[in-house]
Amino acid sequence: MNGFWLVVGRDLALARRQGGESGLALLFFVLGTVLFPLGIGPETQMLARAGAGLLWIMALLAVLLSLERLFQTDFEDGSLDLLIMAPLAASLTVLAKCLAHWLATGLPMVVTAPLLAIMLAMDPAGLGALTLAMLLATPTLSLIGAIGAALTVGARRGGVLLTLLVLPLYIPVLIFGAGAVEASVAGPGAKGHFMILGALLLMAATLAPPAAAAALRHALE
Amino acid sequence: MLHRFANPARFLRIARWVVPWSASLGLVSGAAGLYLGLAGSPADYQQGDTVRIMYVHVPAAWMALAAYATMALASAVALIWKHPLADLIAKSTAPIGATFTAIALITGALWGQPTWGTWWVWDARLTSVLILLFLYVGYLALWNAFDDPTRAARAAAVLALVGVVNLPIIKFSVDWWNTLHQPASVLKIGGPTIHPAMLTPLLLMALAFLCYFITLLLLRVRGELAARKLRALQAARAEG
Repeated sequence: MNGFWLVVGRDLALARRQGGESGLALLFFVLGTVLFPLGIGPETQMLARAGAGLLWIMALLAVLLSLERLFQTDFEDGSLDLLIMAPLAASLTVLAKCLAHWLATGLPMVVTAPLLAIMLAMDPAGLGALTLAMLLATPTLSLIGAIGAALTVGARRGGVLLTLLVLPLYIPVLIFGAGAVEASVAGPGAKGHFMILGALLLMAATLAPPAAAAALRHALE
Repeated sequence: MLHRFANPARFLRIARWVVPWSASLGLVSGAAGLYLGLAGSPADYQQGDTVRIMYVHVPAAWMALAAYATMALASAVALIWKHPLADLIAKSTAPIGATFTAIALITGALWGQPTWGTWWVWDARLTSVLILLFLYVGYLALWNAFDDPTRAARAAAVLALVGVVNLPIIKFSVDWWNTLHQPASVLKIGGPTIHPAMLTPLLLMALAFLCYFITLLLLRVRGELAARKLRALQAARAEG
């Protein structure tokens, strides 16, 4: 398990020292969200209605933006070979990289989301649900995205391809994430949505690392 | 057994024997199914003649799922036993399956407009089938994204296996959620709840679609094998 935390620490240190890389995703999330009231008009009623969906779509796109670098930089400088050959199982290495990716990009977004939601005039009843749903779902986004990132390592036009592969798999997260906010604002409560988001997270945490590890091994053959 | 059929020469011999049979069986059952479906079966008491769209829509949707299952199975075989032929089968299945999916979506829209009053609704069945189409497109794009065909085959195979999670969602979406799309009426516990006069043409059309799929798949794999042979010959000539 020591190796696991070493990989997490290494990726976090890289994210911190390279500066910007992961902060860029957060900036994209904030700036993109701010564009919507300017584009569709500042009427609070419409913003309150559309806010949750907008935030979720922006979160999806922001994570997507940061995924391309998840394995590509390590692939280019050769350290990916060493990481996969290391005694730590490849799927655990992937899991560690996902955890670091989530800590560097997902978690800041979870913290920022309620702030943006207030700017979008969201009903205060939905703020807690939004934060909890994002907390449950953003790790899923990193994990599913890792499969796409591993598959497109070394591909031509990897970024565009990554979008095509990963966005369809993100759709359940979007549906239940936005649905959770909707349900808690409208009244019936979002317990079911949280449970499904939790189930998605568990499924992604068990299935995505082996799939991504297999894809990486084939990429390095 | 599996390894016997992995030999390309033996595969080609079998394919050459199967293709005329599956093609003619598909033609006969397709003609009979179309006749029974368009002329020999009653119109629905609620939907009128629009119900006849079902004879194309339902088999196309079944085959869209069956093609994906075939593709995923071939991908698994390719990843586990590294049979190059399985890669070619998976690759050849994708465009056919994508077309079946598109046919199911388009005929569904044509049927939905007069019956539901809308071309498209965002219910679970329609959305999950749309995701299936995106998975097919992504799979094909991944094949074309690498210079090295072996690398492309491996990546595409992993994606095909990941996409399998969508199949049960499509099948059970009508049971898990309240959808506008009606629940299953043929493949269900307790036997089909569809009248034999409509079931017969439906099953004939399904057989025709299946034969069409098999014929086209074998022809495509044959083409892929020929293309591979051609590339090898050209490479040998360029070297020599």
